[in-house]
Amino acid sequence: MAQTSTPITTSENSQPPIIEIRNFDFAYGDSQALFDINMDIKEKEVTAFIGPSGCGKSTFLRCFNRMNDLIDIARIKGGEIKISGVNIYDKDIDVIELRKHVGMVFQKSNPFPKSIYDNIAYGLRIQGVKKKSTLDDVVEECLRGAALWDEVKDRLNESALGMSGGQQQRLCIARALAVRPKILLMDEPCSALDPIATAKVEELIHELKKDYTIVIVTHNMQQAARVSDRTAFFYLGKLIEFENTDDIFMNPKNPQTEAYISGRFG
Amino acid sequence: MKRYFHHELQDLRSKLILIAEKAHEAGRLAVEGFLNSDLEKTERAIKLDDEIDDLEIEIDRASVRYITLRSPVSSDVRLIFVAIKASHDIERAGDEAHSIAKKTKRILTRDGKVVNKVHIEAMSKLAFAMLDDAITCFLEEDLELAESIMERDKEVDRLNKENFKALASDMCEGSVEPSSNIETILISKSIERIADHAKNLAEEVIYLLTGN
Repeated sequence: MAQTSTPITTSENSQPPIIEIRNFDFAYGDSQALFDINMDIKEKEVTAFIGPSGCGKSTFLRCFNRMNDLIDIARIKGGEIKISGVNIYDKDIDVIELRKHVGMVFQKSNPFPKSIYDNIAYGLRIQGVKKKSTLDDVVEECLRGAALWDEVKDRLNESALGMSGGQQQRLCIARALAVRPKILLMDEPCSALDPIATAKVEELIHELKKDYTIVIVTHNMQQAARVSDRTAFFYLGKLIEFENTDDIFMNPKNPQTEAYISGRFG
Repeated sequence: MKRYFHHELQDLRSKLILIAEKAHEAGRLAVEGFLNSDLEKTERAIKLDDEIDDLEIEIDRASVRYITLRSPVSSDVRLIFVAIKASHDIERAGDEAHSIAKKTKRILTRDGKVVNKVHIEAMSKLAFAMLDDAITCFLEEDLELAESIMERDKEVDRLNKENFKALASDMCEGSVEPSSNIETILISKSIERIADHAKNLAEEVIYLLTGN
């Protein structure tokens, strides 16, 4: 078991981590969901969280932008999470500001019932940006960034709800990019998509990691293998193994990881 | 739809070209060492063997990595498996070149020069052309060329048998010291094996292209 107070980090890439997790314990009421997690996540890499349902990977992901604050019974039992050196659970942290830096894309695409343009411009408008030329530039930049511009440039004023599922998911990614986050969290972003739309999102993830740090939760191990630089395997709320993706899938150190990725679990 | 990792298949092909070039170079040097009684060339052929072995390991690892991480299907899977088998065949052809060079070195160290060259030159030309064509048909997916290689193997087999008869006959007559003839019989056999590896590779290419 990887249960030590030493952070599990990986050998390559000696740059300082953008996310540092130390001795992190988390519970829903009396039920502990995460146990003493230690991990360093590197900047501008894709980190995948894998593990069976209920292992805590989505819970852990949602701790990075304090989405769990919205759940009454959720509480941090111990430890800390630092992003760019700042403990995000300090009481003087502005959670709205935090979520600007840590964007999120969910399992089911959730575009606003507005035009494609307005979906992207929404975040900027609530920040007070009104200048049309600025909004136009950001909308185009984000749609290009999400590999969607060519598909929608002639119908920006049409409802986002008329787009295909794959396009809607990429629109949500574009919307998350509009407020220029440093980190993008993705919670099973392709689970509702067909293989072609999935491939497009995976291509997009590969492009985005040039500019963003991405943490993705996925049930699809092949997807984790394809898109990520590092992979963390969770089981029963514990971080079992965190290594370079090549090592996790080709030569895992922990027998539990081997059993899970080879489908011999349980 | 082209994926960002498809270039890894191209890298794999590049490695195969490289290992094939090195195996061919090793074979050429070994045979020229034999034909021209050139010890320096045999030494160079011997040294190439480690590079060929290392490349085979690299190809195996890259193939296993691609299968593990990229979830290939259909022709991509066949390509990977053929690449593994092809690199193995080429590496074995490299081993035969190494063997030719070592035997030639023994002859030259003992006798100073090769006396009876039988059909080694003609045979090696055929075998190396087959090896080149086997790689070409793999890289260019040329079914016709692959099928043509199967036929050409028979001529190499025929020349090998003739070499054996001629060299064995010499030894029976007692007209020559047998060691060098035995070495030359084994060199002839090595060249025949190189042609066999080319033929194996051609068979794999036919499988790759047709699925049969």
